[in-house]
Amino acid sequence: MNRDEIIEKINGFLVDEFEVEPEVIEPEANLKETLDLDSLDYVDLVVEIESNFGFKVNPEDFVGINTFQDFYDYVIQKAEAA
Amino acid sequence: MNRVVITGIGIYSCIGKNLEEVKHSLYHGKSGIGIDPERKELGFRSSLTGILEKPVLKEMLNRRQRIGLAEQGEYAYMSTIEAMKMANMDEEFLASQNVGIIFGNDSSAKPCIEAVDTLRIKKDTTLIGSGSIFQSMNSTVTMNLATIFKLKGINFTVSAACASGSHSIGLGYMMIKSGMQDKVICGGAQEVNYHSMGSFDGLGTFSIQEANPAASSRPFDKKRDGLVPSGGAATIIIESLESAKKRGAEILGEIIGYGFSSNGDHISHPNVDGPARSLEMAMEQARVKAADIAYINAHATSTLAGDLNEGKAILQVFGDKQPYLSSTKSMTGHEMWMAGASEVVYSLLMMQNGFIAPNINLQDPDDELKDLNFAFDVVEKDFDLFLSNSFGFGGTNSSLIIKKFD
Repeated sequence: MNRDEIIEKINGFLVDEFEVEPEVIEPEANLKETLDLDSLDYVDLVVEIESNFGFKVNPEDFVGINTFQDFYDYVIQKAEAA
Repeated sequence: MNRVVITGIGIYSCIGKNLEEVKHSLYHGKSGIGIDPERKELGFRSSLTGILEKPVLKEMLNRRQRIGLAEQGEYAYMSTIEAMKMANMDEEFLASQNVGIIFGNDSSAKPCIEAVDTLRIKKDTTLIGSGSIFQSMNSTVTMNLATIFKLKGINFTVSAACASGSHSIGLGYMMIKSGMQDKVICGGAQEVNYHSMGSFDGLGTFSIQEANPAASSRPFDKKRDGLVPSGGAATIIIESLESAKKRGAEILGEIIGYGFSSNGDHISHPNVDGPARSLEMAMEQARVKAADIAYINAHATSTLAGDLNEGKAILQVFGDKQPYLSSTKSMTGHEMWMAGASEVVYSLLMMQNGFIAPNINLQDPDDELKDLNFAFDVVEKDFDLFLSNSFGFGGTNSSLIIKKFD
């Protein structure tokens, strides 16, 4: 799976599971604010990553993630390492 | 002591998804029972169950509000918004006032089982997801509705087996009567799935008359062979008379008696003395005589011993002044944790609309119960006082007496 495919897949579950409108997803937009995430939602992000990519991440890793691009980069890096 | 009145009711059940549909079913004796083929495949003795369509809440609640709602919580949301509409209480009102919630619920098996299934496969607790814990606890209905509606008053769940819904109204009534709360959202909710019913099915207490599901729940009839599990949710909004009058709310009825007792006997086998004491306590508190009560909505679930013992208790307490008697479980099946609340809603609908719903499938009552005044068919009758009984495992009994407001 290349970078674009990973990003497409992430945007897909964000739209479906987190019910965000596709047009508000911008690489430089703030992930937490755009998705209105609370601490519980990070658990579900872990579930979605595992279910879409087959590897487990730690909710604590999200601390340094601010933008959608950060999030893409994080998942891409984990996917490449997996 | 405050007088306690009912200003809103709502229902989501196998005989209708709202008050209008349910009223129609009650009047016409329409059964909500069907077959769940999955139960047979899983080795259930009986695949009979109440059949409910799941509500679609996506347009009504956001993701976080929905994610913690178990199935019975979804039903309870639907019945509660219907009751709120009737009571003329919108979300802004609920969030700004001191309104409490007490609901009856005594299981949330499906999310518990699904969480453990996930854990066994994934070997990781995070992958269970964030909603499961809020779906899994017995207090799932009250914790979710209190959050959704931003309630500020009392907030807890009553777990009292098949009397849970009735006790929720009784406890709400006591809160308001004593002046500790002005307004309480009461009710009962019951999940409808195989996960919650397997162990109950294993006791052999469910009807196996699968050839004709609509005729399988037959309380008081000689050919009854067990109960039919069912569910949904019912909501009853109660408040002090002063509060209702101040708001100019329409008053649907007044709760005038709440009786309760414990059998102090077998864990599942009912007796006569416990229910009789509950009935008598409610009547004494309501200061009514046997002749004043026009209708009894029986607990009768279509089990051999339960119906017989309840019938005997009613004969003992009411003697030769037998009120009309029917078990709406003949149509709904046994709505269990919800039943005590839904049966108050059913009886209020009858009282409002001047009829007594039939005890369908009752063709030949037990010989010992021939003197009971059964509503074999729908009875056109204006009445102003009814009693609703609910009994549960462990010998918990609850009786509510409700009258038309005057």
